Amino acid sequence: MKKLLILGAGTSGTMMANHMHKVLPHQEWEISIVDQDETHYYQPGFLFLPFDLIKSKQLKKSIKKFIPEGVHLVHGTIDRIDKEHDQVFLENGMVLSYDILIIATGTHIAPEEIEGMLEDQWQESIFDFYTYKGAVNLRNKLRMWPGGKLVVHISEMPIKCPVAPLEFAFLSDSYFLNKGIREKADITYVTPMSGAFTKPKATEALGHLLEQKNIKLVPDFNIERVDTENNKIIDYGGQEVAYDLLVTVPTNMGDEMVARSGMGDDLNYVPTDKNTLQTKIKDNIFAIGDATDLPASKAGSVAHFESEILTENIQRYIEGKELKKEFDGHTNCFVETGHGKALLIDFNYTQEPVRGVFPFSGVGPLSLLKETHMNHLGKLAFRWIYWNMLIQGKHIPFVTPTMSLAGKEIEESEQVES
Amino acid sequence: MSERTYAEINIDCNEEGYLTDLDQWNKDVAMDIAVEEGIELQEKHWEVLDYIQDQYRKEVPLTIRKIGKSGIVDIKTFYQLFPGGPLKKASRIAGIPKPVSCI
Repeated sequence: MKKLLILGAGTSGTMMANHMHKVLPHQEWEISIVDQDETHYYQPGFLFLPFDLIKSKQLKKSIKKFIPEGVHLVHGTIDRIDKEHDQVFLENGMVLSYDILIIATGTHIAPEEIEGMLEDQWQESIFDFYTYKGAVNLRNKLRMWPGGKLVVHISEMPIKCPVAPLEFAFLSDSYFLNKGIREKADITYVTPMSGAFTKPKATEALGHLLEQKNIKLVPDFNIERVDTENNKIIDYGGQEVAYDLLVTVPTNMGDEMVARSGMGDDLNYVPTDKNTLQTKIKDNIFAIGDATDLPASKAGSVAHFESEILTENIQRYIEGKELKKEFDGHTNCFVETGHGKALLIDFNYTQEPVRGVFPFSGVGPLSLLKETHMNHLGKLAFRWIYWNMLIQGKHIPFVTPTMSLAGKEIEESEQVES
Repeated sequence: MSERTYAEINIDCNEEGYLTDLDQWNKDVAMDIAVEEGIELQEKHWEVLDYIQDQYRKEVPLTIRKIGKSGIVDIKTFYQLFPGGPLKKASRIAGIPKPVSCI
């Protein structure tokens, strides 16, 4: 028997377990997947939880439920990969050997990277919403919060779901309006980027929305430390922003296991070919999703598109064929803008988000880079799609793994080299 | 695309003033761009510029964190050398494209 081993049973790992179980002959291949947790979280829901827009129980299901029968689910913490001997060591002493390895260990927040962040004020006046616990604590805080200076902040790029902090700012505006305390809440958006987003057309549209919603923007802010005594964040250039409530996205880092295996970059991301998803570590090691160093968004949609291409490439690798250089960085994100509206962006390594309709040219029904109620319904429907189709490795109709230009308003000069 | 004159030669730049061809760059060009940014280049500046050009040629994406760990300067000094937006200013003076956070 040959062995395929998947590290991590989050969005990417679960999708790959389902895909590979379908395509690999069961009499020749044994598939195993390892994870330290027993709960699969619907991470896009962490954004809604602080505003009481979703119930906490809607975000949790058992990991086991989504691993197909016939795939071995191993519970344990990964110590390290021994790439020379094609083995993975777990902390409990177990050793798993493999012929092919897929790294899907994701990314997590590392608040300890910023001086002052992970001290006495953590989860008191400084919160994250990138963990289940953080989102629950923030919900409890916001329920009682009388108003004051709310600072929504990104520590450094790259982060998982790069539009989430913007959505958080937009939803805060709605939330405070509905509670009747909007005039008591002063909302500021602080980012290390030069504007609301990196890509020009989206930055313009999203920057305009910030203005419309009376949310102040502080760009080019690279945080050095949090001064918890005086409630302010300070950047390397000496710039200061005061807060009463700091909602931050701390530095994001790949799993420590990657560092222990001696294969990550300075943020523990795995060097990976951006078109084939084979790692630059060794030919029989592949990586997917947030764990990679790809210059693409760290987002579930990206992992979904990658999974279809990676499945084909692993089959080609087994057959000794050349890998397809097919992944184009395709990303598709709903951006919740509050008041029952959302906008949608669809882009890849070279094509920035533009206006248009999606997925059908001339029809939609979703609108690109434009706030509509229909897009909001799309975002809500996505939770069902996630549990019932996406992580089970089912193809989502009409949405191709590589980006389609159909329905997009493209100008000649907008295709840029990344 | 536009042309600007630095060190008495015409240099191809984009709308934001970043060089589009590193081969047109030389130290005199760098000094002229630095003047526009309000910076007088000293020895430490040149070390940083060398480092980021080298990283660019190796296709390593640049971040503030990476510069801080380069062993050339710490982040605080990097800000003092290129006040305001250090990575953007240093990239422009070094003749490489504006760094993007790829997201």
